Formats: sequence, structure tokens, C-alpha cells
Amino acid sequence: MVHLLGQKKLQPRNKRSLIAEKSLQVRKSRELRMTILYHTSVLLLSLLMMYPLLWMVSSAFKTHAELFARMHQLIPLELYWGNFIEGWQGWGRHTFRTFFQNSFIISGSITAGQVILAPFVAYGFARVKFYGKKTLFAIVLGTLIVPMQLLMIPQFLLFNHFEWINTFLPLIIPGMLPAAFFIFLNTQIIRTLPLELDDAARIDGCGHFGIYSRIILPNIIPGLVTTAIFSFYWSWAEFMGPLLYIRSTRLFPVALALAAFSDPAGGTPWGQLLAMSTLSLIPIFIIFILLQKHLVEGITTTGMKG
Amino acid sequence: MDRRSEKWNLKKLSLRDRVFHKNYDNLVGLCFILPWLIGFVLFLIIPLGMSIFYSFTRFNIVSPPVWIGVENFIAISRDARFLNSVIVTMVFAFIAVPARLVFALVLALLFYKPRRGVSWYRAAFYLPSILGGSVAVAITWRQLFGGQGALNSFLNTILGLEITKSWVGSPDTALASLVLLHLWQFGSPMLIFLAGLKQIPRSLYESASIDGATSAQNFFKITLPMLTPIIFFNLILQTISGLMMFTQAFLITDGGPIDRTRVIMLFVYTHAFEFFNMGYASAMTWVVITFVFVITMVIFKTSKYWVFYESKGDL
Repeated sequence: MVHLLGQKKLQPRNKRSLIAEKSLQVRKSRELRMTILYHTSVLLLSLLMMYPLLWMVSSAFKTHAELFARMHQLIPLELYWGNFIEGWQGWGRHTFRTFFQNSFIISGSITAGQVILAPFVAYGFARVKFYGKKTLFAIVLGTLIVPMQLLMIPQFLLFNHFEWINTFLPLIIPGMLPAAFFIFLNTQIIRTLPLELDDAARIDGCGHFGIYSRIILPNIIPGLVTTAIFSFYWSWAEFMGPLLYIRSTRLFPVALALAAFSDPAGGTPWGQLLAMSTLSLIPIFIIFILLQKHLVEGITTTGMKG
Repeated sequence: MDRRSEKWNLKKLSLRDRVFHKNYDNLVGLCFILPWLIGFVLFLIIPLGMSIFYSFTRFNIVSPPVWIGVENFIAISRDARFLNSVIVTMVFAFIAVPARLVFALVLALLFYKPRRGVSWYRAAFYLPSILGGSVAVAITWRQLFGGQGALNSFLNTILGLEITKSWVGSPDTALASLVLLHLWQFGSPMLIFLAGLKQIPRSLYESASIDGATSAQNFFKITLPMLTPIIFFNLILQTISGLMMFTQAFLITDGGPIDRTRVIMLFVYTHAFEFFNMGYASAMTWVVITFVFVITMVIFKTSKYWVFYESKGDL
């Protein structure tokens, strides 16, 4: 009796688990289908996204004839380096060596200025109590959304007055002074550090400058890296400033050189142009590959554009 | 008696000490923010002030400015090309900005759940935005959509269409090619959306699933409302950057054909550096500043009708 009952009880349970198993299988296969659908669609879309960049790189390796014969193909018949060698010659008496040097001078000094000055100012806003701090910080945040393009004419008038036209000064000097974005970024980071650190240093006899240099600076290295990456990357891509202020070819940064090189009237071969374009992106690409995490963090902690 | 005076002295000293400290802190604070203050005054306030003066003058850089009162502003109000550039900019911003934001949001939703390969995909979608502002990409765009470009070559091979028209050079498609370039760079709003999505509390979805909510309901009743502050933030930033678009229009179409892509900043540039009307360009700058300010304010003012703030809301 007991035995029979047990069996009877077992049967429906088995059935139920069978159904459950079947529905699990159905769900699993549906999930699998969804996963496949997800990956194929996202993969196709990301190929579409990458196509212009891949096209630029591959076209740089095509001969002039191949470029037109196989315009949209991504894989060149053979790796042709001629575009790089000829394109590097630039024009006039200046090779791309000059232009890259200029770019490194400009971006290097801007980056150095930002890394040194932005955390310094940020410390003032994060840790020192002074009159009018809140208002001034609100102004910093307000200037975050002031677009540089609006200052095109006003700043040009000023630098024209200073007789800074056709020098690096109008690019470097305003670029080195701490930008609102980096002040904000570093202030946010300094605010996360515990105040007890400061107090301990104060008891040991440190003033504000001592606390800043001995306690805060060593603790915000990631913020400094993010500051360096963004300021280098932005100043490297900067086009409008050089366009307005630089006149002599020998002072051209890469961005301006490419734009002048690509003048349709100049009849520059596409292959060379694309080869030099590819080269110009290499520094940014290296930063992207090595330091992607910092880039993403920088954008998300401040919520600002990249 | 002796003791009391001592106490009094001490009190006075500490008060003086306190005053000294307060002043000292003010001085130190000023010292720390000085680099920013110099930049702010010298490269923002003074240039803006100067441009107000120049906007009332006729000035061609070479000869000294001549005061002409509000003549520049009257001329602007009658300038058909200026009006055209405002319209072009508005059309560009009203199409490109929402499109970019929708794209950014859709992809953020796709990459939100941790899956295999997601970080690679995210990188692939973000890379164009990193490189996108560069001259190199503008040059590439011009070639891709040119008369003998890759797009026409592709259409020819795949669909057998013989198209020789230049997409960047034809009046009816030039602006669209710039919109497409803008759309292509949705990386940074996407990352901001991703960060925002991660901050929505899980518990909301859990209680919704107990109530038997569908995924569509989840999206429209939880995700979207919780994300409105982020959408608002992105909308402000992207609208401003869309209205200020310059480099791409300058490099790819140079405002042409027939001013179809002469966005507002490009028009200001043309007057300043091709016609050398610095006074007129200064006046236009101030009209544009007002224009951008009004649009930003409109977005701010309307935000209270659609942006959901948790602290205010009654869940």
C-alpha cells in the first residue's frame, strides 16, 4: 500500500519535472537564438561603424590605380608603402616631420600645463574654505558648457591686439591654463579622499601646500592620467585654433597641414592624403588602446563629452 | 584680577588669531584658484568685452576701428545669408542631435547587460567618436561620399547603379552627409547613458517583475523615466555642440553648395577671415550667443515637464 502510494505520488512529480525540463529546453534554445541574433546584428553594425576608419587605413596602402579600381574593398591587393613615403614629403620645403613636431610641442605643453595646474586649482575648490568659493565654482561649472567656437572672434581680437598671430602662443597659453573640465574632474576626485588624511598631515605640521603636494597629489594619480589623456587628445585634434592663428607653413600642426594638403585645388593624390591621415590618428589610437578605461571613466565621472 | 586680565588677553588673542586665520584661508584659496581666475578673466571676460566694443564698429584688422553704432545689428537683421545660416544650423541640430541621442540610447541598452564580447563592441562603437573630430576623418568622409567615392563604387558593384553624383557636393544631400557624420559619433552620449543605466536601482525591476510587467512596460515605466535627468543632460550638451558645428562643415563642404551647409559659425568665420568684416563678425557673435542662450534656456524651462527627479517625485 505504502509502496503503491509512493509510486503514484512519484509519477505526477516526474511528469511535472519533465514538462519543466522541456520548457527549460525551449527557453534555453530561445535564449541561444536571441544570443546569436544579438551577436550577428551587433557585429554587423559595428563593422558598419568601423568601415570608414578601416577604409581610410586600407586605402592608404593601395596604389593610385587600385584605389580607383577597387574603391570600396577593404583589403588591398598588396601592401603598398609608396603613399607613406611620398606623402611624408609634405609640400613646400616642409615634410610631415615638421608638422608632427609642431603638434607634439603644442599638445605637449598644453598637457603639461593642465596636469600641473588643474589639480592645483581643484584642491583650492575641494579643500580650502574661502570667501566666494561657491559662486566661483558655479562659474567654473557654467563655463563647462560655453562652446569654444563662440569665442572664435573675441579671442582672435585679443590675440591680434597682443600681436600673437602666427605664433604658438594663442594656442599654448590659453590651453595651458586649467580648463573647467579638468578642474571639475579633479575636484570630484579630491572630494572622494577622506578628510582624515588632511587632518593627520596638519597635525604633523603641514599647511595647505604641504597637504596638497604630500598627501593629495600622490593619491589622485588616476585623475592626473585622465587629465593628461584628455588634454593631449583634445589638443591633438584641435583644428579651429591653428586655422585662425597659424599662417606660416613651418608652424603648421598636423591637423592644419592635412587640411591644407587636402585642398581640392592642390590636386593631392588621395592615397598620400589618406596615408598621412592614418599617421595623424596613430597617437590618439595608441592612447585609446592603452588607456581606454581611463577615457571611459573620465567621461562617466564628469558626464562630459569625449 | 590678574588672572582675569590674563583670560581676557587670551580671548582677544584667539579672536585675532581667528581673524588672521580667516584672512589667511582666503589668501590661500585665492592662491590656489589663481591660475583659473587669470585664464577666466584674460581669455573669456576680456575677449567677450572687447568683442562688444568691436560689434559697434567697422573694423578690418588693418585700419583702426570706426564707431558706427548699431549699424551692424541692423545689417544682420536684414542679412538673408545670415538668416539662411540660422535655418541651416537649426535643421542640422534638430535632425542630428535627436538622432544621435536615440542611437546612443539604443546602443547603451544593447551593451548594458554584461555579455561576452560587450567591451569589444563598445570599443568599436566608441572609436569613431574618439577619432571623429579630427581632420583625418573629415578628409575620409569627403572621399567616401565623393563622386568617385566608396559609396558610389559600392552601390555600383552591389546594386548595379551607375551613380556619379557627389553626395557631399550636391545641394540636396550635402547637409545629410554632415548629419550622417554627426550621427556616426554617438560614443560619448552612449557612455553617459550606460553610466546612467547602471544607476537605476535593481529593486524597481524586481518589484515590477512581481507585478508581471513586460519588458516594454519596464522600459517605458521604469528605464525611461529614471533616465530623463541623463537625457536632459545629454540633450543640453549635444544641442550646444550641434549648433556650434564648424570644423566638419568647413573641411567637408566648405559651406557649399550654394550655402546649403553654411552653418552659423562657418558664416561668422567667412565674414571675419574671408571678407575681413571683424566688426560685423563680432556683432554676429553676440547674436549667436543670444541665440544659443535662448535655446538652452528653452530646454531648461521645459525640463520640469518631462524630467523626472527622484527627490521630488512621489513614487
